[in-house]
Amino acid sequence: MKKFLEKHSIGVLLAPYVFLFTLFIIIPVLAAVALSFTYFNTIESPRFIGLANYISLLTNDKVFMQKVIPNTIIYASIVGIGGYLLSFFLAWSLSQLTKIPRTILAIIIYSPSMTGGVLLSTVWGVIFNGDKSGYLNYLLLDMGIIDKPVLWLQSDKYLLTIMIIVTLWSSMGIGFLAILAGIMNVNEELYEAAYIDGVKNRFQEIIYVTIPSAKPQMLFGAVMAIVNTFTSSGVGVALSGSNPTPNYAGQLIVTHIEDYGFIRYEMGYAAAISVVLLIIIRLASVGANKLFGSADE
Amino acid sequence: MKKKRKRSKLRAGGVNPERFSRGQIKFYLYLIPLAAFMLLPIIFITMSAFKPVDELFAYPPRFFVKNPTLNNFTQLFSISSSTNVPASRYLFNSIISTLLVVILTLLMSSAAGYVLSKKAFKQKKLLFSINNLALMFVPIAVAIPRYFVIVYSGLQDSFLANVIPLLAMPVGLFLVKQFIDQIPDALVEAAVIDGASDYKILTKIIIPLIKPALATIAILAFQTSWNSTEASTIYINKETLKTFSFYNTSGNMVAGQGIAAAASLIMFLPNLILFIILQSQVMNTMAHSGLK
Repeated sequence: MKKFLEKHSIGVLLAPYVFLFTLFIIIPVLAAVALSFTYFNTIESPRFIGLANYISLLTNDKVFMQKVIPNTIIYASIVGIGGYLLSFFLAWSLSQLTKIPRTILAIIIYSPSMTGGVLLSTVWGVIFNGDKSGYLNYLLLDMGIIDKPVLWLQSDKYLLTIMIIVTLWSSMGIGFLAILAGIMNVNEELYEAAYIDGVKNRFQEIIYVTIPSAKPQMLFGAVMAIVNTFTSSGVGVALSGSNPTPNYAGQLIVTHIEDYGFIRYEMGYAAAISVVLLIIIRLASVGANKLFGSADE
Repeated sequence: MKKKRKRSKLRAGGVNPERFSRGQIKFYLYLIPLAAFMLLPIIFITMSAFKPVDELFAYPPRFFVKNPTLNNFTQLFSISSSTNVPASRYLFNSIISTLLVVILTLLMSSAAGYVLSKKAFKQKKLLFSINNLALMFVPIAVAIPRYFVIVYSGLQDSFLANVIPLLAMPVGLFLVKQFIDQIPDALVEAAVIDGASDYKILTKIIIPLIKPALATIAILAFQTSWNSTEASTIYINKETLKTFSFYNTSGNMVAGQGIAAAASLIMFLPNLILFIILQSQVMNTMAHSGLK
């Protein structure tokens, strides 16, 4: 037994991770692809229907085309791209401070990301509460901006905006920390050299020194921003308390999948939406790679 | 020191300044209000958790608590949910499953990270690039097939459904592997010459040297598990096996805002405390997080 363990140590050490990785990541992805070509309602066994799911997704699903796709584009570009730029800007600003205030501010800015999806509805639910004792309603009533309480979370006019604010609030996670660490670790001599070479101000410093030197961490940050954007997109359902969200105002691809998968039990169709989502995520990270990846790969 | 002075003449401040200078004021001008905005909801939930009933429903709403009370906390644990399962049971489940997730993730990632970093074998590159690809894996995108994996592996309605699906954490393996890459190969080779097995090298040399990375993964695993509602919502039907984060999101909170706030605070504080304790190790690890 001992001899066997010694001889196959690589396999033994690797096996648990590879096994669970295969079981919960690779197989689900492959299964999603396979299921997407079937009709499957969980009662009968899956029936192969070719590309029918994809065709009806692209041609028949009004909600998908008119609500989900536009919502996802708005949400992903503000939360993903905007949030990413914001996290870089904040990390860079923090790097310009002395150690103790920097650490304290970094912890504060990072802390909302720890709340996960769970606290969102309790914390923000009360602020955006629909009756007059909700904080926002009270403030706006008091200032005379509105004359009766607004049902913020049930309103198709405001839900998406609120979702974006709430997600941005909680999006300074480990990607932000990675970028901060990356900027902090830029070799100081590079800055000196750059000034000798004619860099004149902070902006040029960022473009010519900081970003090129912190590129690897910035790429990691970008991947984390993409993941965070799509992982957190259940926030609309959490806030409004219903799936589908009121008038589909906060419906994103992920919530659309849950709507079809776990509410209507159209698993094949839901799987097809999952595949589309995985492709979008992949394309986004290829884009990030193009921006920050090293040339030699 | 001389060099430093020369540099500061060249440019005011810069990255990681040693002391405060007037040039830094502009950063504080927007960082402090922003930090206040970030903190506001958290202060708010803390206030609500300690408010007595009359203050919770006071109109106009008051931000600060006047007569703090622990009532919300005692109520949270004394009344049971609509399903007759007490809140303490959910909390207990959360603590046990989170501990398991953290310990097992640390073991698995350091074992796999060591092999991927220091051993030579076929498919090593392939494995690492698949793992890198999986960094962008979004579990809820494939919630449905994951559900079937749970059903067919017999994990449905078992306590381990809270634990096992969370263990393979691509970000964890990635960070550990990057960190082990910093350890000189010579150190490992010397141990091999002394006749140490891979298990010995891993436990006696590698693990003590990668503590910052392990601290970081511990935090990430803790957050993932502690905040996770996936298992309790989808994989488990037995109320007694579900976790505290699920209890927070489920309709059990009809009891009121104050109690919900108390529960949220219990959810949030362990995350915060853990991060404050380990933050310098996290920053150390993130410096090696670069994707190339």
